[in-house]
Amino acid sequence: MSTDLTRLDVSALTGLLTSGEVSAVEVTRAQLDRIASDDARLGAYLHVEGEAALTAAAAVDRARAGGAEPGPLAGVPIALKDVIVTEGVPTTSGSRILEGWRPPYDATVAARLKSAGTVLLGKTNMDEFAMGSSTENSAFRPTRNPWDADRVPGGSSGGSSAAVAGHLAPWAIGTDTGGSIRQPAALTGLVGHKPTYGSVSRYGLIAFSSSLDQAGPMARTVLDAAVLHEAIGGYDPRDSTSIDAPVPGLVAAARDGARGDLAGLTVGVVTELGGDGHRDGYDDGVLARFAEAVAVLTDLGADVRPVSCPSFDLALPAYYLIAPSEASSNLARFDGVRFGIRVGDDGTHDLDEVMALTREQGFGPEVKRRIILGTYALSSGYYEAYYGQAQKVRTLITRDFTAAYAGVDVLVSPTSPTVAWPIGARVEDPIAMYAADLCTLPASLAGVPAISVPCGLSEGLPVGLQVMAPGLADDRCYRVAAALEAAQDAARGHRLLDELVAA
Amino acid sequence: MSTDRLVDLDEVITRYEPVIGLETHVELGTASKMFCGCSTTFGAEPNTQTCPVCLGLPGSLPVANEAAVAATIRIGLALGSRIAPWCRFARKNYFYPDIPKGFQTSQYDEPLCVGGHLDVELDGETFRVEIERVHLEEDTGKNLHVGGSTGRIHGADHSLVDYNRAGIPLVEIVTRPVPGAGAKAPEVARAYVTELREIVQTLGVSDVRMEQGSLRCDVNLSLNPVGAAEWGTRTETKNVNSLRSVERAVRYEMRRQAAVLDGGGRVVQETRHFHEDTGSTSSGRSKEEATDYRYFPEPDLVPIAADPAWVQQLTDALPELPAARRARLREEWGISATEMQWLANAGALGLVEQTVAAGASPADARKWWLGDLARRANEAGTELGELAITPAQVAELAGLVDAGTINDKLARQVLDGVLAGQGGPAEVVTAQGLAVLGESDELVAAVEAAIAGAPDVVQKVRGGKVQALGALVGAVMKTTRGTADAGTVKRMLEERVLNG
Repeated sequence: MSTDLTRLDVSALTGLLTSGEVSAVEVTRAQLDRIASDDARLGAYLHVEGEAALTAAAAVDRARAGGAEPGPLAGVPIALKDVIVTEGVPTTSGSRILEGWRPPYDATVAARLKSAGTVLLGKTNMDEFAMGSSTENSAFRPTRNPWDADRVPGGSSGGSSAAVAGHLAPWAIGTDTGGSIRQPAALTGLVGHKPTYGSVSRYGLIAFSSSLDQAGPMARTVLDAAVLHEAIGGYDPRDSTSIDAPVPGLVAAARDGARGDLAGLTVGVVTELGGDGHRDGYDDGVLARFAEAVAVLTDLGADVRPVSCPSFDLALPAYYLIAPSEASSNLARFDGVRFGIRVGDDGTHDLDEVMALTREQGFGPEVKRRIILGTYALSSGYYEAYYGQAQKVRTLITRDFTAAYAGVDVLVSPTSPTVAWPIGARVEDPIAMYAADLCTLPASLAGVPAISVPCGLSEGLPVGLQVMAPGLADDRCYRVAAALEAAQDAARGHRLLDELVAA
Repeated sequence: MSTDRLVDLDEVITRYEPVIGLETHVELGTASKMFCGCSTTFGAEPNTQTCPVCLGLPGSLPVANEAAVAATIRIGLALGSRIAPWCRFARKNYFYPDIPKGFQTSQYDEPLCVGGHLDVELDGETFRVEIERVHLEEDTGKNLHVGGSTGRIHGADHSLVDYNRAGIPLVEIVTRPVPGAGAKAPEVARAYVTELREIVQTLGVSDVRMEQGSLRCDVNLSLNPVGAAEWGTRTETKNVNSLRSVERAVRYEMRRQAAVLDGGGRVVQETRHFHEDTGSTSSGRSKEEATDYRYFPEPDLVPIAADPAWVQQLTDALPELPAARRARLREEWGISATEMQWLANAGALGLVEQTVAAGASPADARKWWLGDLARRANEAGTELGELAITPAQVAELAGLVDAGTINDKLARQVLDGVLAGQGGPAEVVTAQGLAVLGESDELVAAVEAAIAGAPDVVQKVRGGKVQALGALVGAVMKTTRGTADAGTVKRMLEERVLNG
């Protein structure tokens, strides 16, 4: 048997595809076979494209055979988180309320990937409307962590993380509102990047919290993540918040970082995220791996120093006012009138009742909890005390970042305070679940880019390190992450993810 | 249908002072909608002018229409508003099938234009209406409730929704409360909306057709006892959709509220519906059970920061506004303020101006548009401007009369022909043989016959009773069966009787 195509990085795959050594159909079929054999166990996908994927792959092969050069990514399979709208392909955002909906249009991210010739394998599982940190809030089924099937894959992009870590897709798109790309990447040993707010189009992302949502890459290597980011990034006139500025050279930054020289770079270690006096709730193993990784950065020539960002302590409460407030409004359109399910339209209920019944049965408990929270926070008489106050905290957090970046080039922290926890362990305790986002929330609130890169195992489970950079300096995240990845891979003699294969 | 007790308006004024307030919605005539590229054409098949954005499909995002922002700023500038250097859209959250997103994208505490005023003239008196704000929002879809008797949702079998209108840019112009109009409150309200409509029309930002809903009014009214320090509780009458209805709604609420107060009752702060058929209002939902709209800044749209240089450009490019134009035309035409008001009220100002520009005298132009044409528009139930005649044709008609080719009576027949689509005035004259007799042999003979046949009248005229000439004119007109021009006949008779 030749190479297992599902084990290859995208950079290796594109080489084989463009040289014609393998066909897009072969690559796609290998992925579909793997999904068929493993997804019953992992639950990574909500929808698999099957024949449609093979047809798309065959079209790429025909184009190549005909002498056309359809682009370096043509024929590379990909999985999309089900929050991303795909024309004619079921899109649920992990919710019953959208069951059966086949959108009439493509998200900009999906359209860009389609025009690059990538082959859509399917739509990945997620916490309902991206509200959660474990993917247990999916209305359809939980997703399991490939490292330990009794544990969560993180969330809300847990279907994407499980798919890529479990080799059910070479890479995937996730979305991150408060950490939903970075935290599942950390918990499954992947690279996941949340781009600068406004640098990847939100058009066609089913909104959770409009001022925070960003789509980004989830991949097995920093280089692959950079390639995917470049494919989806850049200005989109359909998104008013899209930034009309050139995307910095991310692939170049990843390649540069992989050379292992960080001389001249200053790195701030955020005290409030696992530092002195801020270690409650952090696994010792996570802090140990993090400290080792920071030492590696020093070895690579970086000037590492502690940095205090006092307002970060307020990120969690501010986030859990802002995000639910926006969500309460964003989710109002799910009323059973124009799309998705409709409940109670049997002639015995009036309009208000049909809307109420549809929402009652269509939304899960966590979504309802956040709609209620957000509705309350925006109510007349409470607005200033809750939403208004949270926005002020957001400004303070942004100022902390600005002050920090005056002295350092990037900030680092653990990505998640803990490793992946057992399925069900936090379901009854929303506050514990919310605390999973402790380290990722500040970058979300400030709109700055942040990447999670694997930095070892604790209790046999992956640990991630987060690199945060100033707005639009996403390239710095890739450079530092690539340097750490290269150094640790070299020291280990293999990639971290290879240990999953052995296991 | 109404069982409200009402007090006569004259009596209302003896005991109460009204305070009016108007919220006017103007649908902008931009080619595309507020937040997407869909067409805004009126009257298309239901739900054919929609896309993921204006249907509020999951994942879709709005992008603000710059032309709509410019139009709103121009309205603000015309009203003397201050243009906000920085402002935001806000979400107004409520559930209803005609708002696709579950919220209306509007503006809340940060409107695009702030302050300003509009002076309205009424019977030579000027009332200043202060403007609170001018803001930009999106229109809702349109519900059609099928079955049931009221056309409202309660009692209907089912409802249909047309989203063609959803997302059309809507400008809301809100006045501050206007006290002091007294008995003239209904007319001031109407004159304000008329003037506003005129301004919007002049700016060319909307077709402001009330019957198609591109201009809609909410009328606020409260009464307070004469001399009271505080204003009374107001009601808000929604969707008052013609100029006449604005006046009637104010009048009705004055009369109704006075009766409530006279009876020792208390006016309920509520939304009321206006009924075109009866001119009455009826209770809608009470403000006590009002929705909490949970406004917050729209995170999907970047703030509007109108560049001062751009605002200056828009200011410089403003057309002559109606008040200035009226003052100029009054001067040019030598007419009174009241006459000008008639013209404006009839919607004839522009038509008269164009008719004058085409060569007619101001007096002739006014006479035709305010006279025969106004009557015909009224009979046909249309606006003057929609009659099948152009200002140039009216000028041509007046010219034919001036030249003596036709007389006034024939001119009306020519008008019929033009309105019936038989061509321009000259063509109709030729086609129907309507031209009056010039100083033809036939007419000279008729004039001489009339003189010969009435020596007594001739005597009287020569004796100084010039008005007696009328009898001779009548005789000539009778002989020629009206095809003679009375002026020509009179002149011919004078020449022969007085100089002869």
